[in-house]
Amino acid sequence: MANFDQELDASGLNCPLPILRAKKTLGGMGSGQVLKIIATDPGSVKDFEAFAKQTGNTLLSSGEEGGKFVFLIKKA
Amino acid sequence: MSDQKKLAIIATKGTLDWAYPPFILASTASALGYEVEIFFTFYGLQLVRKDLDGLKVSPLGNPGMPMKMPFGPKWFRGINWNIPNIIQANIPGFESLATALMKKTIANNGVATIAELRELCQEAEVRFTACQMTVELFGFDHSDFIDGMEYAGAAKFFEFAGESDICLYM
Repeated sequence: MANFDQELDASGLNCPLPILRAKKTLGGMGSGQVLKIIATDPGSVKDFEAFAKQTGNTLLSSGEEGGKFVFLIKKA
Repeated sequence: MSDQKKLAIIATKGTLDWAYPPFILASTASALGYEVEIFFTFYGLQLVRKDLDGLKVSPLGNPGMPMKMPFGPKWFRGINWNIPNIIQANIPGFESLATALMKKTIANNGVATIAELRELCQEAEVRFTACQMTVELFGFDHSDFIDGMEYAGAAKFFEFAGESDICLYM
């Protein structure tokens, strides 16, 4: 697993909370820093792709680990 | 002119279920960088009252709403209680019961409460405008509503909606 600067556990949260929490957390981070997000909402896979595309942040990876979805997003 | 995208929403429904779409879309759009304004009119005014306890859901005459129990073993939760309208209409407190069950289901599913989503919208600087005409029509007072509201009419809505990229009526 690649390095990250902050972690956000959005397990158990449903749409739109994982996105809103991620946005808030990224807001407090510096450009180029990486946020790791853990989520259980199956809808979050497509949502984080769309979030990255529309906000200009880079989705470095998207995958599954132990039944949970894990995303790495690099702040623009 | 800024190139920031704009979303305009008209919220017209005042029930617990229909309280979700405007706040979910407004908060999400805001997280995606949109400038957002919601115009609350008619029953939609219920969504910006200080007291949200008036938000209820009614399965009566709503064939799209499954009636399932948010507790008990899995087989029990899976049952859709098909209660005839004539019975629903005659049981006092049926709406309150359905509302309590829905709130439990919402909590079980990690879905935010309306108060939480509304606060997230406000934190994200989503603009809330209440229709002054319907405020008066329904006998409300500005003190019934949360702080930070603007009160205006249809012309004010079009000022923003006319420049919006997406405009939704809910």
